[in-house]
Amino acid sequence: MTLAALQRDFRNSLIDVPVEMDQWMDKPARAGLAIYHNAYRVQLVDCMRETFEKTLLWLGDDTFTEAARTHIETTPPSGWTLGVYGEGFDRTLARLYPDDPEVTELPWLDWALSRAFEGPDAASLDPAKLVNMDWDNAVLKPVPTFRMGDAHTNAGAIWSALSAGNNPPAAAMLPEPGAMLVWRQDFTPCFRTIDAIERDALGLIDAGESFGALCSNLIDRCGEEGGISLSGTLLGQWISDGLIATIEQKEMPCG
Amino acid sequence: MADIHHASFHGFGLGLRAQHYPDFLEGSVPVDFVEVISENFMIDGGRPRHILDRIRERHPIALHGVSMSVGSADGLDQDYLRRLKALADHLDPLFVSDHLCWTGIEGFNSHDLLPLPYTEEALDIVCAAVAQAQDLLERTMLIENPSSYLQFTCDSMTEWQFLDALCERTGCSLLLDINNIFVSATNHGFDPMAYLNGVPADRVRQIHLAGHSQGRDRLIDTHDKPVPPPVWALYDEVCRRIGPVATMIERDDDIPPLPDLLAELDMARAIAADDQRHAA
Repeated sequence: MTLAALQRDFRNSLIDVPVEMDQWMDKPARAGLAIYHNAYRVQLVDCMRETFEKTLLWLGDDTFTEAARTHIETTPPSGWTLGVYGEGFDRTLARLYPDDPEVTELPWLDWALSRAFEGPDAASLDPAKLVNMDWDNAVLKPVPTFRMGDAHTNAGAIWSALSAGNNPPAAAMLPEPGAMLVWRQDFTPCFRTIDAIERDALGLIDAGESFGALCSNLIDRCGEEGGISLSGTLLGQWISDGLIATIEQKEMPCG
Repeated sequence: MADIHHASFHGFGLGLRAQHYPDFLEGSVPVDFVEVISENFMIDGGRPRHILDRIRERHPIALHGVSMSVGSADGLDQDYLRRLKALADHLDPLFVSDHLCWTGIEGFNSHDLLPLPYTEEALDIVCAAVAQAQDLLERTMLIENPSSYLQFTCDSMTEWQFLDALCERTGCSLLLDINNIFVSATNHGFDPMAYLNGVPADRVRQIHLAGHSQGRDRLIDTHDKPVPPPVWALYDEVCRRIGPVATMIERDDDIPPLPDLLAELDMARAIAADDQRHAA
């Protein structure tokens, strides 16, 4: 009868693994155990309601709570902070609603925005560093809260409508898949739904490719004039969005 | 940064809740300190940390944790401790506190304050954890008595005996939650006065006052209601016994407008002042 054994049994009783608690407590104490059993779930559901606020609005209270309880049963919390509980809820919903892809993309967006909210700070890009830049060898470094997720549906438009208190549009597939881009500008989490070209361009940036490599890629896809023009447009947009933290020069091999 | 003298501090404060950020940022809120939930600010960056830094410029801060899990048989989480130390070093808080409880084991975290058996083995484990935390943080910790809804048949001492031994062995201090004493006394049928007689009064550095709810057959520590009369009466008794101690109103749910909480804090001030007058 050790503390570890007691705590293992107590944990199992919380997560509904069959366990015999008679060795630890008498019958009247069982009513107290039921309070902990209930409080464990209530607290996690409440936490998820806060993190996945727009998903809750989209699914409705009963459906959301049922899905959250499914997630809790399959994914017990492990981190020391309640703030990170809910990671993977998009995958739980994908299993529960395989024919409704927006139900997967909405919680991804809720989650990514919540992570961006308390993610690392980034200093603003110093405009002086843009002068006399060797753009061919410039490497753009995104802010640390930058992340991208798949966008096959209009989940971004649904999220925005719900956020503004408007009636959301019906769920619909995008003409072609893109991505949801999430980052934080100063203290404000932001997102944009972007097309496949911008998604791939940001993929190159995130992989550490130079701006010159990005231009070449866009020229291959859009032609000489279109590729160069689009490179400049995207660069301007990213800097204006506060998506770029620093610009460094790629080290050239010696010799 | 607001100046503080930790050793002699016995002011009156409130728990900082997001609903009241504008009040604390825009005006002069009449509190002597602000208590924050440590874990809410053990994050990488963003607006919450910025707001806390601005509030720290005006008020001393007490760090109150819910996840240290000093009673876990697994021991303390090192990443947690490192982050708490970084926050404490940054804020220079009045107090760093957490609960006499465990929250998880073997990678599972319930995020609830789970009850400990009051045994010699549990005492050894809690003492080792508190000592480790104090060494790393380079601060004396305050340990808070929890509310509980069950007792274990293997208990070999009372909660107050456990706390007394913990203070004696680690040098830690106590955060006495008056509501928790009342809730546990009601749930388990012990006399709150026996509790007050048993805890080491000279180790009490901070007091929490809060409300609770009536469950089906237990009181539940919900912190969603004003401090009720029996808890005020117990606070009065504590003030008479141990003199001036830092006191705060702890409200975690159904958060009312700030003036309502300040009115409760004024009530605490009045009780403490009255008891001091009688003692003089």
